Amino acid sequence: MPAPAVERLIQQLARLPGLGPRSARRAALHLIQRPEAALSPLLRALADVQDTVRTCSQCGNIDGRDPCEICRDPERDATALCVVERVGDLWAFERAGAFRGRYHVLGGVLSALDGVRPEDLAIDGLIRRASAPGLTEVVLATNATLDGQTTAHYLAERLAPTGVAVTRLAHGMPVGGELDYLDDGTLATALRLRRPIER
Amino acid sequence: MIEWRDHGVVLSARPFGEDGLLVRALTREHGLHAGLARWTRGKRRDGFVLQPGVEADMVWRARLSDQLGLWTLEPVRDHAGYWLDDRRRLAAIAAAAALMEAASAEREPHPGLAAGLEAFLASLASEAWEAAYVTWEIGVLKALGFALDLTCCAATGATDDLIYVSPKTGHAVSAAAGAPYADRMLPLPGFLVGSGAYDDKAIADGLKLTGHFLSRDVLGVLNRDIPDPRRRFQDLFAESAIERP
Repeated sequence: MPAPAVERLIQQLARLPGLGPRSARRAALHLIQRPEAALSPLLRALADVQDTVRTCSQCGNIDGRDPCEICRDPERDATALCVVERVGDLWAFERAGAFRGRYHVLGGVLSALDGVRPEDLAIDGLIRRASAPGLTEVVLATNATLDGQTTAHYLAERLAPTGVAVTRLAHGMPVGGELDYLDDGTLATALRLRRPIER
Repeated sequence: MIEWRDHGVVLSARPFGEDGLLVRALTREHGLHAGLARWTRGKRRDGFVLQPGVEADMVWRARLSDQLGLWTLEPVRDHAGYWLDDRRRLAAIAAAAALMEAASAEREPHPGLAAGLEAFLASLASEAWEAAYVTWEIGVLKALGFALDLTCCAATGATDDLIYVSPKTGHAVSAAAGAPYADRMLPLPGFLVGSGAYDDKAIADGLKLTGHFLSRDVLGVLNRDIPDPRRRFQDLFAESAIERP
């Protein structure tokens, strides 16, 4: 039977995404058996995160500074704003390196099932940012799900009075996708939104 | 071990733990049924995300009949996936799923309701899908025992010039007979009695009509409100009708 302190550690670890009680037990044992190599660095990293990391008041990103590095970067394209559901989506865009504008994290999507209403999301902040002079395009990068696209349609309507161009991510064939393995909806959407080949 | 196989439509999929979804589906032979599906929310499997509007072959298993049970789902069509770029059709799918979940009795077989929902989802590909939605809700009312009678005037028996519905009886009323009570009558859109095309206002009127009886007769007795997605769907047409009178 582990000591109460170890049991508490296991319980806390088991609450993390991706970890169950068994893997939490293994992780706890790993940390305890390697205090210098694993436990102390982890404690310092956790303390650092607690002390320094905050949510950007402009875009909702998680960063060591407020405003975050992306919002402060003068090299970023100030005319384009990409709206994402969660910080993880923002990080995915940054990993891809395909977008050089700024972001706005909604904090979720509208969902009747989960009781998420417009006032629960960072929509007022988005409207304020979209109304600022200099911004010409808002890219709605919500997930290609019923809730994600319902939110995108709602945002497009809310953004219409600002006069800014509102675009959304394309739907269709994934890069490297094979037709035979695509679901009907993706295939139908790809066909409906086909475009001419550039010569 | 209890096990059955059926075909149905997913009405909701709520996260349950890290890699589970609590799925409620309207099935052909077993009615509204809940179960746990080992499926991470938002994750694609065989090209499908489990969300409202997914039609699937389903197997439900449990040791005892009163247990939650486990789903094994093989999606065959994601209706929402077809219409991601169409705001109104997406709203219709969300409204239909939410309405079925709120109005159906749990574990009570109702093949008519399931067939009606599948037929409506299939009709989304047609041009007249908005009218099909209103007609579908009238069918839901009928299947649940609250049929509207739109064939003749409740007061005079006339079969033409029917433009109202009595909010008390659900019976059509002609223009002449309903005139003194016009402010209390529900509007009866022409497309429901085979006279005239429809526009946003007619659809909004149709949704107001069915919404009244769904709210009073079906959901009211269950102490439930009209679900938010159904309300939003009606608002889309009502707002459009105001903007383009």
